[in-house]
Amino acid sequence: MNETYRALAEFAQTWGLLYFVALFACVLAYALSPRRRHEFEEAARLPLSED
Amino acid sequence: MRQSATGGAPDPVGVPRQISKSLTFGEGGLVASLVLLAFASLTVASGAETAAYAFHAWLTVLASLAAVFVIISHHVERPAALPAREVDGRPNYNFGPVKFATVAAMFWGIAGFLVGVIIAFQLAFPALNFDLPWTAFGRLRPLHTSAVIFAFGGNVLIGTSFYVVQRTCHARLAGYLAPWFVVLGYNFFILIAGTGYLLGITQGKEYAEPEWYADLWLTVVWVTYLLVFLGTIWRRREPHIYVANWFYLAFIVTIAVLHLGNNASVPVSIYSPKSYIVWSGVQDAMVQWWYGHNAVGFFLTAGFLAIMYYFIPKRAERPVYSYRLSIVHFWALIFIYIWAGPHHLHYTALPDWAQTLGMTFSIILWMPSWGGMINGLMTLSGAWDKLRTDPVLRMLVVSVAFYGMSTFEGPLMSVKAVNSLSHYTDWTIGHVHSGALGWVAYISFGAIYCLVPWLWNKRELYSLKLVNWHFWISTLGIVFYISAMWVAGILQGLMWRAYTSLGFLEYSFIETVEAMHPFYVIRAIGGVLFLIGALIMAFNLWMTVRSPSAEPAVSLARNPAFLPAE
Repeated sequence: MNETYRALAEFAQTWGLLYFVALFACVLAYALSPRRRHEFEEAARLPLSED
Repeated sequence: MRQSATGGAPDPVGVPRQISKSLTFGEGGLVASLVLLAFASLTVASGAETAAYAFHAWLTVLASLAAVFVIISHHVERPAALPAREVDGRPNYNFGPVKFATVAAMFWGIAGFLVGVIIAFQLAFPALNFDLPWTAFGRLRPLHTSAVIFAFGGNVLIGTSFYVVQRTCHARLAGYLAPWFVVLGYNFFILIAGTGYLLGITQGKEYAEPEWYADLWLTVVWVTYLLVFLGTIWRRREPHIYVANWFYLAFIVTIAVLHLGNNASVPVSIYSPKSYIVWSGVQDAMVQWWYGHNAVGFFLTAGFLAIMYYFIPKRAERPVYSYRLSIVHFWALIFIYIWAGPHHLHYTALPDWAQTLGMTFSIILWMPSWGGMINGLMTLSGAWDKLRTDPVLRMLVVSVAFYGMSTFEGPLMSVKAVNSLSHYTDWTIGHVHSGALGWVAYISFGAIYCLVPWLWNKRELYSLKLVNWHFWISTLGIVFYISAMWVAGILQGLMWRAYTSLGFLEYSFIETVEAMHPFYVIRAIGGVLFLIGALIMAFNLWMTVRSPSAEPAVSLARNPAFLPAE
């Protein structure tokens, strides 16, 4: 029981942390990428441009 | 599905082709399923173990037969061609279900606020329980919470999501009967849940009280809801999926998962309303609060943030302050919220590490919550003056301010040291209501004030002055409510932990109850003010719907001259 707990906690504290940081980095890269600047500026006006 | 069943696609330009009328797959399937449901319910009704359960079975028989009758008579009267997706190159929006959900939201909202006022007075004056099982606090309390969260909030979310997804995707709602099935089926679930509480049917899980058969029905309705929403996004004409739709989608998907996980129960028999959950002991508690806190995170937060991201830009006629922040906001919020549940179980049998995990993630939540709040508030940059003249916008903006306040308070209360004082006291009730009244109800009121003139094609609301009255009366009510509960809660917590010099507890429990009385009266008065505000709103909306229709107005947003320069 104790062993299972330690193994699980170790896994969560290392790989789990890295996984979340990597995921967050991907989100930041997607959101802040200069290539998408125009697309997102248009999207910010979506509620205003209806027919 | 729809096209193959009618024998031909609706013409893109909206002129219906000459096609013979036939039952669509949806009409036929639904009628067959409802007839089967009626028979199954009849069987259950004949052998039901309790009268209350038999009543629910009969209610289901009647409702399904009524639905069959409506579907068939509608089929007989409708034109052969189903409504076109587009008319004159513009989407032929389907607002019928949105209208129904809006009216239902107002109805359930007032009912839920009224029950809230009643139970607030019961706590101050216990004689008001009347010594009857049906009017006891224990039965009315879940009636209140479910009526305001699931009946009022749920109808607001379903209604606005069906509106927003159509407008931001430039596409007609997917499905012909399906959207109606979602709206009516959901409200039938509310009816079963609410009458069940009064008659004593509950599985005793907070915010998940309905028993197994109501849960099964909700599962069917919810999956249909997801399919209608996804189907509408699938046929969108606008390539980008607007951020509000992401929030709605997270809300729909997560609630489905939470609902299944927390209601994994086995009924005693089909003739009994009683069921037993497959989880046991502390695991059941953990699953319950994983559910409970994410009901807050995804039902009361993500769904209403979708409303914020559509209705505030729309009403302020300003673009979202930072669309990039909204994307980071979305992903950060959904990834962090799901871990915060254990903070409901501090100092219990739950392992310590799980409690610390819940606390840590609750504190990290400050960042996405405040990021979102700043994004909502800053959307007003360049339009701050509208706060002075437009009480609807003021309501929307104050709701975001309340969101910021209660998402600051929540993580604070999840810190173990603070929780040891605040837990089980009225501070928790105050916290919940600053979020529920200030954030959820106000953003809903603001959205409904916007929606009603749009849906019923009116130029404006009947009276902005009345909106102003509503705003100030209910704001005063909220302030009464939350400040009374802060004082009551902290007083209660301090009294519980007070020791004499000899090491005995200084106060008996009943003394702490007596000390609450004045605050309970103030809280009840706050509730009355909030209810009065909602009644003013209902009158205002009724007069708006009755006022003469406007000429199709030219929206300012569509006129490029009014678009702000970048």
